[in-house]
Amino acid sequence: MEQQYKQVNFNLNGKDVSCVVDIRCSLTDMLRNQFGCTSVKKGCEVGECGACTVLIDKEAFNSCIYLAVWAEGKHILTLEGLLGPNGELSDIQQAFIDEAAVQCGFCTPGFILTGYEILETGKLYTDDELRKLLSGHLCRCTGYENILKAVKKVMYQRLGKTPEEA
Amino acid sequence: MPNVGKSVPRVDAMDKVTGRAKYTDDRCDPHALVARVVRSTIAHGYVKSVDISQAEKIPGVVRIVTCFDVPDIKFPTAGHPWSVEEAHQDVADRRLLNRHVRYVGDDVAAVVAENEVAAAQAARAIRVEYEPLPFVLDPIEAMQPGAPVLHKEYPDNVLKHTSIRQGDYQTAIQEPGLICVDKWYEVPTVQHCHIENFICYAYGEGDRIVIVSSTQIPHIVRRTVGQALGLPWGKVRIIKPYIGGGFGNKQDTLYEPLCAYLSLQVGGRQVKLDVPREDTFVSNRVRHAEKIHIISWVRPDGTYAARKLEMYSNQGAYASHGHSIVAKGMGAFPQMYPCPNIEADSYTVYTNRSVAGAMRGYGIPQAMFAFESHTEDVCRRLGLDSLAFRHKNIMPKGYVDGFSKNENYFDSFNQCMDKAVAETDYVRKHAAYAHQTGEVRRGIGIAPFWYNTAVWPISLEHSSCRMVLNQDGSIQLQVAETEIGQGADTAYAQMAADVVGLAYYTDVHVQSCQDTDVTPFGLGAYASRQTYTAGFAIRQTGLILRDKILDYASEMTRMPKYNLDLMDGEIVRTTDGRVLLKLADLATEAFYSLTHSVHITAESTYQTKSNAYSFGCCVAEVEVDIPLCKVKVTDLLNIHDCGKLINPALAEAQVHGGMSMGIGYALSEQLLFDPKTGRALNNNLLDYKLSTTMDHPHLRAMFIENYEPTSAFGTKALGEPPTCPVAPAIRNAILNATGVEVDSLPMNPHVLYRRFCQEGLIADPWTKEG
Repeated sequence: MEQQYKQVNFNLNGKDVSCVVDIRCSLTDMLRNQFGCTSVKKGCEVGECGACTVLIDKEAFNSCIYLAVWAEGKHILTLEGLLGPNGELSDIQQAFIDEAAVQCGFCTPGFILTGYEILETGKLYTDDELRKLLSGHLCRCTGYENILKAVKKVMYQRLGKTPEEA
Repeated sequence: MPNVGKSVPRVDAMDKVTGRAKYTDDRCDPHALVARVVRSTIAHGYVKSVDISQAEKIPGVVRIVTCFDVPDIKFPTAGHPWSVEEAHQDVADRRLLNRHVRYVGDDVAAVVAENEVAAAQAARAIRVEYEPLPFVLDPIEAMQPGAPVLHKEYPDNVLKHTSIRQGDYQTAIQEPGLICVDKWYEVPTVQHCHIENFICYAYGEGDRIVIVSSTQIPHIVRRTVGQALGLPWGKVRIIKPYIGGGFGNKQDTLYEPLCAYLSLQVGGRQVKLDVPREDTFVSNRVRHAEKIHIISWVRPDGTYAARKLEMYSNQGAYASHGHSIVAKGMGAFPQMYPCPNIEADSYTVYTNRSVAGAMRGYGIPQAMFAFESHTEDVCRRLGLDSLAFRHKNIMPKGYVDGFSKNENYFDSFNQCMDKAVAETDYVRKHAAYAHQTGEVRRGIGIAPFWYNTAVWPISLEHSSCRMVLNQDGSIQLQVAETEIGQGADTAYAQMAADVVGLAYYTDVHVQSCQDTDVTPFGLGAYASRQTYTAGFAIRQTGLILRDKILDYASEMTRMPKYNLDLMDGEIVRTTDGRVLLKLADLATEAFYSLTHSVHITAESTYQTKSNAYSFGCCVAEVEVDIPLCKVKVTDLLNIHDCGKLINPALAEAQVHGGMSMGIGYALSEQLLFDPKTGRALNNNLLDYKLSTTMDHPHLRAMFIENYEPTSAFGTKALGEPPTCPVAPAIRNAILNATGVEVDSLPMNPHVLYRRFCQEGLIADPWTKEG
């Protein structure tokens, strides 16, 4: 019988880590159960809702349909990794608070991480482009309105522009 | 400095943007045993036998129970306050697991295993033999003689039928010159789709059972678990952490009783029951599908002579909230457009489909789609201006409902419509869009909505509050009206800070995680009741706490209490405005004084015996691509008179969410059932079309802040109302654009294709008439 368990070595939120996982285990389950990353949420476990989003080598993925063993050698960023060294909030987290973009909070970590991925490109996007880039996440509380507002606000902040100048 | 009325950040925002907020699954031991439910694969029948022999052999399986093992106790699930009057108690019609299965997805057996893989494998390995019976999916068919009977106590499948009779309908329709508008409307089954599925876990502690659950109603669930398991209610403890949305689905007892039972079957070990998304669609609760028939007899001058309403509500297999939902919708009918002669009947009918329960709006989204589509259709038939018709006929200022004693103090409907019309340039656009040609046409539509706050006088309304002064002059606050994402905890903190006299709402620590052992008794989050109902208890308790603080201040300062005030966290002498003492110093003294040490706390219950109307309207602008049968919403505006806003930014955010749910209801959402098998066809988030960022226009929310006179803080319902008017506003916009009356939801391309063909807007290549 094939070996059921395997050691995985990867970088989690800036730290090299390793653990032994069941080869059938999803990245979501490994991050939640073995590393206590409670920001990685389970909403569907089949890649439909986006609540489990993490960045793998700077790219947003649904971790529920990504095998834990594929994390070998990768850099994984969860919401826990966005905090500064003294627990400071990142600009996008602060914007979610300021723009009232948080309600039940269950989709929030995923949205913030995709927002972070978008912002890291350093590009200026139109509203329609932002809507498309964020469309992989479902939210039932906010109508997405303030989430878009928060991402857009930080996009302009980072580019040192105002919506009027763009 | 007032805290109420300010757009301060949420008290739980930091926890939620860092991912450290603990939801049910985040608190569960990762090594807890895992439960899986085995579900009926037929729509109706009896379980003849369950073969667990193969499943038991799977490594990791700990325990399997079937419908033949569970206690013979039927229990109710609705998240209503219990009634001490038997006639008003919720219907008890299900067991923990059922031998008589009544829908595809009914609970037949359950596996407890050491891990999810073993639980899932064992659930698949269980063989269930059924004796199938005929089934029925439609409420009107289910009422016919000879239809399959779901519950023998209800031989015609009618769970309940209620009526309203006003004046004399039959005589009134004889009046010469009346025009009759007779139409049917239909709304589909939809699901709440909170992003956190229902989940709970249970474990034994002493001689009690503890259940941690994603619920809106911890104290109610305590009672229903007690009822379902035959346990004294005090032996059940419910803990409610942060929850990832509820929208009414979690205003029901879902799998808490079964999970508790399973834990007790394995010696009180921790058992987790995490419902997969596919099962959340089918085996939790859904919004009632309804068929609604309206006959209006109208005079040529645009006044109603008589009206008739029939509503058929699809309950699905078990009673849950049952008839309360369609009854609420029916109740709005004679109030919204008062008419002297009315006959209204509503029927809630059992069918072999997923169980319908509470969902944001509680019967009003269904009713508003029919009522406000009908208003538009009546005006069209008579050639009347529908906006003028509404202004003329809608509930006038000063209207008082005889039953609830609700009063329309401020002419809310007309104020909201006036503002919406002005903001959207409705009148000009509505006229300009009326006679378009071409493939892509624009339209604008309006729909007001009726809503009220909380459940009095249908049911009990009360709230209990506890406040505890800390050493630093901050306070702890507890109420049982749960935070479910709507922002209630923040509103409570703002209210409490002002009533007690603290400087900032952050000086109030709201205990968000509820525990029936600790939190004062209260009913939970539903009926858009939290700020209104808890507001009374917060004000009353805050005044008691403040009074006790001033007593102590009087003692410390040797000043008479009537010359003292507590403002912004300071004891002030009112005669000269001098600050005599900081609350923090007073609190420390009160804790540790060697002469008079006291822990200053306050606790009280306020029973609410009032209710408040909460009205508003929606204006939608659309672009209809006729050949593609597609609708794009280009502008959406909701106006609400929900009284005084406690936190404008959070209020606006609430409205956005409700509007979003309304867009889905209007254009894309429906849970489909296979007519041949009764099986749900699209019970996943890919095939069930929830709207995404791409499906929304910029959402606009505005308010008319009429201070509600019955309220402790001038506030009233806002949680559910935003969903209620959106679908009829979009529907009326499509009518404005195309001249086509669409009378069923969702107005997706399938429906529009059929309607546009019927009305000759497009040629159907598949029919000769084309």
